[in-house]
Amino acid sequence: MGRKLVWAGVLLALSMPGPAFADQPTKGGILSFAIGGEAPNYDCHANYSFSAIHWLAPHYSTLLKFDTSAYPSIVPDVAESYSVSDDQLTYTFKLRRNVQFHDGSPMTSADVKATYERISKPPKDVISLRSTLFEDVASIETPDPFTIVFKLSKRDASMLANFASPWNCIYSGDKLAKDANFPRTSIMGTGPFVFVEHAKGSHWVGKRFDRYFIEGKPYLDGFRAVLMSGPAMINALQGGQIVAEFRGFSPAEKSRLVDALGDKATVQESGWSCKLDILFNTAKKPFDDVRIRRALNIAIGRWDGARSLQRVAFVREVGGVIRPGYEFAAKKEELTKYPGYSEDIAAARSEAKRLLKEAGVENLKVTLLNRNLSMPYTPTGLFVIDQWRQVGVSVDHVQLETSPYQASLQSGNYDVGINAACDFMDEPNLQLLNYISKDLSSLNYGNYIDRTLDDLYEKQKRAANKAERYALVRQFEQRLFHEAYTAPLIWWHRIVVHHKQVRGWYITPSHYLGQDLASLWLAR
Amino acid sequence: MTMTATTHRVREGKLARVAVGMARFTLTQPLGTLGLLFVLVMAAAALLADWAPYDPTAFDMSAMLAPPSREHWFGTDAFGRDIFTRVIYGARTALAIGFLSSLIGCTVGAILGVASAYFGGRIDLVIQRCVDILLSFPIIVLALVVVAMLGKRMVLGIDVNLVVAISLPIIPKVARVARAAALTIREMPYIDAARVAGFSHARIIFRHICPNIAAPYLIMFTAYIAQAILLEASLSFLGLGVTEPTPAWGLMLSGNAVEFYREAPWMILFPGLAITLAVFAFNLFGDSLRDWLDPKFKT
Repeated sequence: MGRKLVWAGVLLALSMPGPAFADQPTKGGILSFAIGGEAPNYDCHANYSFSAIHWLAPHYSTLLKFDTSAYPSIVPDVAESYSVSDDQLTYTFKLRRNVQFHDGSPMTSADVKATYERISKPPKDVISLRSTLFEDVASIETPDPFTIVFKLSKRDASMLANFASPWNCIYSGDKLAKDANFPRTSIMGTGPFVFVEHAKGSHWVGKRFDRYFIEGKPYLDGFRAVLMSGPAMINALQGGQIVAEFRGFSPAEKSRLVDALGDKATVQESGWSCKLDILFNTAKKPFDDVRIRRALNIAIGRWDGARSLQRVAFVREVGGVIRPGYEFAAKKEELTKYPGYSEDIAAARSEAKRLLKEAGVENLKVTLLNRNLSMPYTPTGLFVIDQWRQVGVSVDHVQLETSPYQASLQSGNYDVGINAACDFMDEPNLQLLNYISKDLSSLNYGNYIDRTLDDLYEKQKRAANKAERYALVRQFEQRLFHEAYTAPLIWWHRIVVHHKQVRGWYITPSHYLGQDLASLWLAR
Repeated sequence: MTMTATTHRVREGKLARVAVGMARFTLTQPLGTLGLLFVLVMAAAALLADWAPYDPTAFDMSAMLAPPSREHWFGTDAFGRDIFTRVIYGARTALAIGFLSSLIGCTVGAILGVASAYFGGRIDLVIQRCVDILLSFPIIVLALVVVAMLGKRMVLGIDVNLVVAISLPIIPKVARVARAAALTIREMPYIDAARVAGFSHARIIFRHICPNIAAPYLIMFTAYIAQAILLEASLSFLGLGVTEPTPAWGLMLSGNAVEFYREAPWMILFPGLAITLAVFAFNLFGDSLRDWLDPKFKT
């Protein structure tokens, strides 16, 4: 009788579909997903948008990477292990011995060295947007083919995170030696998927790299990413032609998908280390006049705007240059003291009108450069236009596709622009980098030089403790907003809806992370 | 004194002729009259748009997605903008771009068609092969290519490149019709007389042939306004025409309207209705004008 009961129990357990069985990754399948924009080139080091990294990440590896299931934990990627010296000036990485490039050549410390030299000290005709993050690297040594040592001249609190940046794709040293710009036009990494084809304006295909360095991964046979956004993408997701889009959805899109897909949908939500900034091209008149910049900044009613816009766009929180909720972010009582963050918008607008009158531009006309992406660029742009209208400023709204938009910002061919300030993690060194002087940061599109900001950036980077760093970050914000080089808008809120069959993908506050697709699998 | 009285009599006679003509048009073409009335209403709305109850670009955060009511007759959009006001202002955009595009397209097309017929030979061959090439592209594709290549260039609040993009597909169609009409006129004795008198080609084309194709020109001009309005709305819907926050009917159907059409159907209902009625009205008027002006239909 007892034995019969045991067998009955075993059979019952096996017949029940419990989470333990359902969550075991299964191999195979092609992931079809959408990406809402196209990259101007294939070089990770020269790009900054999701419309580049979502295509490229599956083909590349990095030294370390973020564990998206436990953000912000950092785990090794091509590194097998790493150690940091007590003085935090030496970072030693032991590399895996089985890492191969997609052409079959082995990856060694020489490749990592060549990659990081390209990032930190780019040759003349190479664009490296994040060279400033590695300015403290004094030397890179390769004692053996599987060990690489970074020696820093100064301590940098964010250095470990920098090594986990998804933008630091590792390239072949041999190929870089022949042509330092080969990654702009060719794709050859050590990532979980081999590049198959890219039909511009249409799709991108990758297939599993059978010699990927992590045994058993990737789980997918391949992926097919299609260039799709807006209603077409929502329809495709609803109809099952694609099963995911990993950037984010508006609240209305989420409702529509959840209603349509029912229990076939999985919704993941998170704060988002992203906001839109108003950029003033200080190299152009009249935006070299701080009074005009200040007037345009303080005329924006952020608090009311956040409350209303979150109904129609994926924006939610009012904040400074650090994401609200993160330990170095300004608290509300501090924010309201900054120019542009007052809750008395009527008084702020009177002051804005006075400043414009004083500057002799009461009927100012502005050309606002914006990106032709509906969410959240268009609603946010319209919100700003409406706010400026209330102080007598008229706006010509120019929305461009990603490539010409990016080119206009980088070349300074704009008056006032809207730009996304997004980072792969919450870290003042990253967020503040957008605002230091033009000659120190290639992410500064405002074309200004401000040594006070540079000095504060440097000081917070070397701060002895968190309290000191917090205070320095506040000083940085005060200076930035007082000079009104930029006008931060509302921070984003990330919502991702995908089909339930997509497993092993976890939302983080950055849409740049977790896109190598190595751990993603499709439930049958 | 005598001169003034004569002038008055002549003016009265002209007015009487116009009145009789209009009455005859109304009686013989009731549908065309209806179309014309709607076109006039639309034109009045466009001219008097500044008297609309709200600013077409003003946000009202407290009235986002409000249904039609006494305050907002057509409801509001996702930013609380009054849809009635935006439809009224949209008439200005539609008429300005539709009228200009049709005028440019029909005029350039008519001149090319007449020149092609008048000169004949190689000039005719070259112009007609160019027309064939342009006609081989679907209208929307041709306009899309042009607008994507030229980008945006604002002059007096109108995107000139958009007008060019919409005019271009009209040119070959009008050129074909104008050529056919001009071929008959070219053979008329008075054209030979003008040639013998030593008039220049330009004078013969503009003074003697063009006025004689006025009827088909007018018909095509009216009909292509409708087509231009539709094309502008399509391009704006695709994000290549007018840009936000400019009120334009096609644009009002895209963007947030797509996301909220279930929650707030008035966001798409009224601009959609405006496009439909405008195109319908111009087509009705154009068809009636053709029937009325064409002697074949009169008999």
